[in-house]
Amino acid sequence: MIDPEVVTLSRMQFALTALYHFLFVPLTLGLVWILAIMESVYVMTGREVWKRMVQFWGVLFGINFAMGVATGVTMEFQFGMNWAYYAHYVGDVFGTPLAIEGLMAFFLEGTLVGLFFMGWSRISRVAHLLVTWFLALATSLSALWILIANGWMQNPVGSAFNADTMRMEVTSFAEVMFNPVAQAKFVHTVSAGYVLGSMFVLSISAWYLLRGRNVDFAKRSMTVAASFGLAAALSVVVLGDESGYAVSENQKMKMAAIEAMWETEPAPASFTLFGIPDVENRTTHYALRIPWVMGLIGTRSIDKPIPGIANLVEDTKGRIHDGILAYDAMLVLREDKNNAQAKAILATHDKDMGYALLLKRFMDDPRHATPADIQKAADSTIPNVPVLFWSFRVMVACGFYFIALFAVMFWQASKRQLDKRRWLLKLAFWSLPLPWLAAELGWIVAEYGRQPWAIEGVLPTALGVSSVTTGQVWTSLGGFVLFYSALAIVDAALMLKYARKGPEGLGLWPPVEPEPPVATVAAHAGV
Amino acid sequence: MFDYETLRVIWWALLGTLLIGFAVMDGFDFGIAALLRVLSRTDDERLVLLETIEPTWEGNQVWFVLGGGAAFAAWPQLYAVSFSGMYLAIFVVLLAFIMRPVGFNFRGKIHDARWRNLWDWVLTASGVVVMLVSGVAFGNLFLGVPFQFDDNLRMTWQGGFFDLLHPFALIAGLVSLTMLLTHGACWAAYKADHVVADRAVRVARWTTLAYVVFYVAAGIWLAYGVAGYAIVGPVVTDGVSNPLHKEVAHGSSWFASYMRYPWFWIAPVLGVLGALGVQMSVGKKNLGCFIASTAMVAGTILSAGFALFPFLLPSSLDPRSSLTVWDASSSRGTLGLMLAMTLIFLPLIIIYTSWVYRVLRGRVTLEHVRQSGHTY
Repeated sequence: MIDPEVVTLSRMQFALTALYHFLFVPLTLGLVWILAIMESVYVMTGREVWKRMVQFWGVLFGINFAMGVATGVTMEFQFGMNWAYYAHYVGDVFGTPLAIEGLMAFFLEGTLVGLFFMGWSRISRVAHLLVTWFLALATSLSALWILIANGWMQNPVGSAFNADTMRMEVTSFAEVMFNPVAQAKFVHTVSAGYVLGSMFVLSISAWYLLRGRNVDFAKRSMTVAASFGLAAALSVVVLGDESGYAVSENQKMKMAAIEAMWETEPAPASFTLFGIPDVENRTTHYALRIPWVMGLIGTRSIDKPIPGIANLVEDTKGRIHDGILAYDAMLVLREDKNNAQAKAILATHDKDMGYALLLKRFMDDPRHATPADIQKAADSTIPNVPVLFWSFRVMVACGFYFIALFAVMFWQASKRQLDKRRWLLKLAFWSLPLPWLAAELGWIVAEYGRQPWAIEGVLPTALGVSSVTTGQVWTSLGGFVLFYSALAIVDAALMLKYARKGPEGLGLWPPVEPEPPVATVAAHAGV
Repeated sequence: MFDYETLRVIWWALLGTLLIGFAVMDGFDFGIAALLRVLSRTDDERLVLLETIEPTWEGNQVWFVLGGGAAFAAWPQLYAVSFSGMYLAIFVVLLAFIMRPVGFNFRGKIHDARWRNLWDWVLTASGVVVMLVSGVAFGNLFLGVPFQFDDNLRMTWQGGFFDLLHPFALIAGLVSLTMLLTHGACWAAYKADHVVADRAVRVARWTTLAYVVFYVAAGIWLAYGVAGYAIVGPVVTDGVSNPLHKEVAHGSSWFASYMRYPWFWIAPVLGVLGALGVQMSVGKKNLGCFIASTAMVAGTILSAGFALFPFLLPSSLDPRSSLTVWDASSSRGTLGLMLAMTLIFLPLIIIYTSWVYRVLRGRVTLEHVRQSGHTY
């Protein structure tokens, strides 16, 4: 039997390290493109100001990048350390995008990042610009391959179970690569990173303007951040809707949990704007519903129903039954390789094998399951409804708020009035933590929402765990909490220190080269 | 294109290539980190030493990340069994890996002697830990590790952290440590300011000597004191990846494959010749010493890999569960696809890495460090 405490601790450790890693990744993703844009302006206009902007924001990028790399190694190690059966069971499919990420993206990223910092005087302007662009491209490519791997966990296409090797194996790599869930996740996640990077530059620049420091530097930075941020925020929401559609197609239970939709509603379903989900009685109190909206988002039609939680649990019971048949056939085949009947059963029901494995949490041999056990296993497929319900709503609210804020800032920038409204600057400054909140909540919706599955419909999370002791996992979990907390404090202190110092504190501002007066004159013309 | 058997051998070779790539490229960064407080005495000298690796260590470390990813994809069981089995040892290595990027980056961010001292110790420790523990882990492969599979290929491991500290494994750890200290010192001798390089020459002379002693001792111990594993009965080289389909005996010699394929002796000869080359060229402070230490590193890892062939990870608990080249790989399709990807991207990686090293060529001098300040 699997030790439930090891499962819980391993899950806690994975969640902790993933959420922590995801504090740094989105900022890297977004900030690097802002650096690329600024440096392009520098190379095109030849004005030193823009180079100094790249160098200053680059220092903050570097601190953050180091943390991203440090915490990323942990993620890769943990699949083997804490989730060994998972690694065995899906390595043939899941490991491939990770390896390709290394070959195609991470190598490029790791090799160029040093040159980005140390190469200013060693290579030509254009060569340095190319380094920055390739660095930006590589970080986004990195995200692509990681999300192809992650997308397969949500929607395991292009693969089949092999009873001889007891694992999933690739049948079509093209399907794995062009998995619609992976593609939707990729565009949604990277745009969220772009929003986060933009907000970072916007907020810190707003703070300089509030203090009346580096006004010219801050205004230019804000203009770049507002334009890039507006485009990114719009695409996060549009592509997030695409992501929602992909979820409702493939992960019906996650969708129902997000909506706290206990029973199937007649099509088109309404969207619950607000309500208090009640897990005990399987109902939602004080629900404020907008008719039709959910049906439109979830199915892109007005006649397809979205199944509710109760109905999905019933369906799951059927699939567990079929899964047990497949499991039994597999054991028969192990003794008698040529048993035609068992072969036929396995061939029809191998897609339900994972559902039989849900029972492994409660018993060693799924074939001995009673109807009560099957009910229990089916009920265990309901994720934590209130957490998903609220995480999703707060995330979406943040998304719409970002569009509004960036639109206003963009408007202000185009009128060259960024420093005119102090309350707007204050708002921009205090919005700094919101994209992080939204990104972490998005992770919770996507990953906590897929529980109890590690691979949707294929491998239950509890089964994926390693043969390790609670003592071992407590040690590593304690170690991570200790080290990560220490690093978080140091990282925050350094970020703060360098943001406070500002470009002038680093000797980057004002630029040595006298600046042509055009831009500043125009900026003050409307005063 | 290739049959399953050939693909498996190719991926065994690629696993070795990645391991050598990691040891050669990241190895001198570890060596330098560990020698940080030995080779440089003043803050300026430390900056010199760090700048010899600072722009490139990040890319070098990707060899390690890629090695992990490739093992996950091509040898999933090897990845799963070794990482979960040696849980605490891997965790310690992991902590060392976490502290490196932040150590390199954070160290220069505050101009305070105590702050820098702290990070210098962190970097030193991370270098020593990784070199020592990976050697000890490698040594355990020859001893066999206590795991077994059930019918569903779920692995159980019986043994704790301290079981890994067998004297033979400790010697293997010392081989790894002295080998990479030498490699790091050779890089410093080639790349750092002469004050630092002079010290590196003296260090390299002693560490190579120690390396040869430990390496030869480990070889003799392996020949006379460690029993090898061998597949008995028919060997199916293109069968399904299920380790339970074979029989394995414990008690033969790890040198059996050297007897079967005499050209395998190239590897240990290369290791020792490399050490000799280091002794001869280190005083000249040119790239020759680094090339010699590279040969030494490659020869050492190859000699271990050849001795183990076709085993990847023998099991002392249930020899039948041992992972070999023939039964622990991914499916044929995955191996083929990944090979295609490797053939496209590995040459590109080598090209742009070479370009970066060319751009950064030249000795890092004290004068340069004092002038440029420190922006990384």
